[in-house]
Amino acid sequence: MHLHKYEKVWIVFGLASLVLFLLIIGFAAFWKGTHPQSHIETIDPQNVEAHESFQPDHLGLTEVADGKYVVNIVASAFHYDLGKEEDGTATKTIRVPKGSTVLFQVTSKDVVHGFQVAGTNVNMMVEPGHISRFESVMKNNGEFTVVCNEYCGIGHHLMFGTVEVY
Amino acid sequence: MELFNFSKKESRLYMAFMHVTFISLLIGGLMGLLQTLVRSGKYTLPFNIDYYTILTTHGVILGLVLTTFFIVGFQFSLMGKTVGISDQQLLWGWISFWVMLVGTVLAAWMILTGEASVLYTFYTPLRAHPIFYIGLTFVIVGSWIAAFTNFRQLYVWKKAHKGEKSPLPAFMVVINMIMWFVATLGVAYSVIVLILPWSLGYVATVNVLLTRTLFWYFGHPLVYFWLLPAYMAWYAIIPKIIGGKLFSDPLARLAFILLLMFSIPVGFHHQLTEPGIDPTWKFIQVVLTFMVVIPSLMTAFSLFATFEITGRRKGYTSLFGWFKKLPWKDVRFLAPFVGMVAFIPGGAGGIINASHQVNSLVHNTIWITGHFHLTVATTVILTFFGIAYWLIPHLTGRRLTPTLNKLGIIQTFIWAIGMTIMSTSMHIQGLIGGPRRSSFSEYAGGDQVSTWISYQIWQAVGGTILFVGILLMFYIFIQLAFFAPRGYEEYPIAEEEVDAEKSPKILENWYLWVGITIALILFAYTIPMIDIIKHSPPGSIPFDWPIGRS
Repeated sequence: MHLHKYEKVWIVFGLASLVLFLLIIGFAAFWKGTHPQSHIETIDPQNVEAHESFQPDHLGLTEVADGKYVVNIVASAFHYDLGKEEDGTATKTIRVPKGSTVLFQVTSKDVVHGFQVAGTNVNMMVEPGHISRFESVMKNNGEFTVVCNEYCGIGHHLMFGTVEVY
Repeated sequence: MELFNFSKKESRLYMAFMHVTFISLLIGGLMGLLQTLVRSGKYTLPFNIDYYTILTTHGVILGLVLTTFFIVGFQFSLMGKTVGISDQQLLWGWISFWVMLVGTVLAAWMILTGEASVLYTFYTPLRAHPIFYIGLTFVIVGSWIAAFTNFRQLYVWKKAHKGEKSPLPAFMVVINMIMWFVATLGVAYSVIVLILPWSLGYVATVNVLLTRTLFWYFGHPLVYFWLLPAYMAWYAIIPKIIGGKLFSDPLARLAFILLLMFSIPVGFHHQLTEPGIDPTWKFIQVVLTFMVVIPSLMTAFSLFATFEITGRRKGYTSLFGWFKKLPWKDVRFLAPFVGMVAFIPGGAGGIINASHQVNSLVHNTIWITGHFHLTVATTVILTFFGIAYWLIPHLTGRRLTPTLNKLGIIQTFIWAIGMTIMSTSMHIQGLIGGPRRSSFSEYAGGDQVSTWISYQIWQAVGGTILFVGILLMFYIFIQLAFFAPRGYEEYPIAEEEVDAEKSPKILENWYLWVGITIALILFAYTIPMIDIIKHSPPGSIPFDWPIGRS
């Protein structure tokens, strides 16, 4: 099949940019370890408390080392369970100092949810039966809205939280 | 190429598909308008109608019903024009139409009564009424009947024309229908074997990740199923409209073959932020996704080459003279052209979405909604409108009058302006984290949320302009179908150059191309599928109450 000279140039240009793009993505993924979240760890959605991280006492923010935090969250329609404050009321806001490394661990008790800390790279699907994990360094000050960004029912838009970096 | 004249009976079948298409456009468009108004925060739906009922209606009726009916009808007409249709095949055409229509009515009944507010992706374990799933099954089975009728049409023609290459439009239709059939097998298995028995209560639990994976095995080829008919018009019809010839028959066939091979084994790029899939397999499917760059760039080249060659042949020799002299005042050209232009940012956005890590910045944000309103709701739909301007009068024995042509041009501008406003504000809002598929909400308040809402107001402005465009298009359709003056409108199919190079025989070796397609699918999906099934968590029981069912 005959290809015009300009067309060859065009396709070679296209192929070269394709290879370049893929090399960058592959380098970032396999050498820098920036894969999207995939931990393939399963859990019984009807008994999430069986997993240590999702027992009621362990929900919410825990400082595990200097500047390192873990946040355990159970999602259910239409609510994120972030644990309890000292006075017993439900936690609405996670507060971490600027520059801290935060590992978010989320699972769902019922349907599929999303978990995005808007304005950061934390963005995961949360599915019943699976544990979603993503670690991020909180580099910027501010209040970040946590939104459920996968449709989970008619109260979907009322499912949110806040991460405050101070 | 020998072209067949349509009989009255035949035209009636193709028109039946067009009627459903444009009624869907009106209903679905109204839903879209209401969504943007609700999301502006300044309007509440009357009669206790739930936002997610109209959102589900919008997605199902425009993403699945309008597109499938238009495509099946248009493709039947391409087959009828280039390889002919027998009475028996015509009967099968009607059967496919009615099966699809019954399915649509069943699904619509469930959605409108609030029994199926699960959106067009119907992710488990949200459970819609079983009739919703049965309706979807009918739509798919109806489209399969159309696919196999199309295969039969080409087969019969080939037998009567031994040694000749198939007409290009018929070849393209068959490629699209093979892709559609192979892809819908996944979603059909998911709906019929996994979801339906579970929704009826015969099975207690469902594997959520498996149904999602089977959905996206279908969900990405679905977007190519919308796009390929637009490509058919760009390759095989537009050259005729601008007074030129086909750029290259073998090149067009090769592009379609590549699109067939690289449209299916790529569904994981919709599931990149999924917790249960191995990242290496995600990466492999990202690589396969990117391959679509090759046929896309080939298409872009041939289109502009056709434009330039045609213009230069007409004597416009200056560097860009040929471009100025394109038939800008002919809506049959202008509408698809604006669609092509929208595909440049649309395609670039697609590359961003599929980029493994960058995806997590935009996944499930309204950026994605902005993206597919450029690709399907501009590129594809403006090309479909561009087809309708000549196809409908051709079928009804009427003419596209200068007035209707002018209205079409205005329609194209309205669409371009409305979509630029709506899609741009969606893209920006998405980049700063605004979620998709969400009713109006102030969340916890704060600066971030008020910025989102300011973009939602722009989306309502764009959405309103687009709805005016839809009303105008519906008016044009009614005119072309019932009131335009009687006459003859050409069915434009481009011819090859007299000295065109012969197409290599291998391009029509169906066993080879379908074989490679299946091999690629097996390569991309076998191991991760085994993983998903082997490492599956306890299944999920159904949930009715979150979608408002009792």
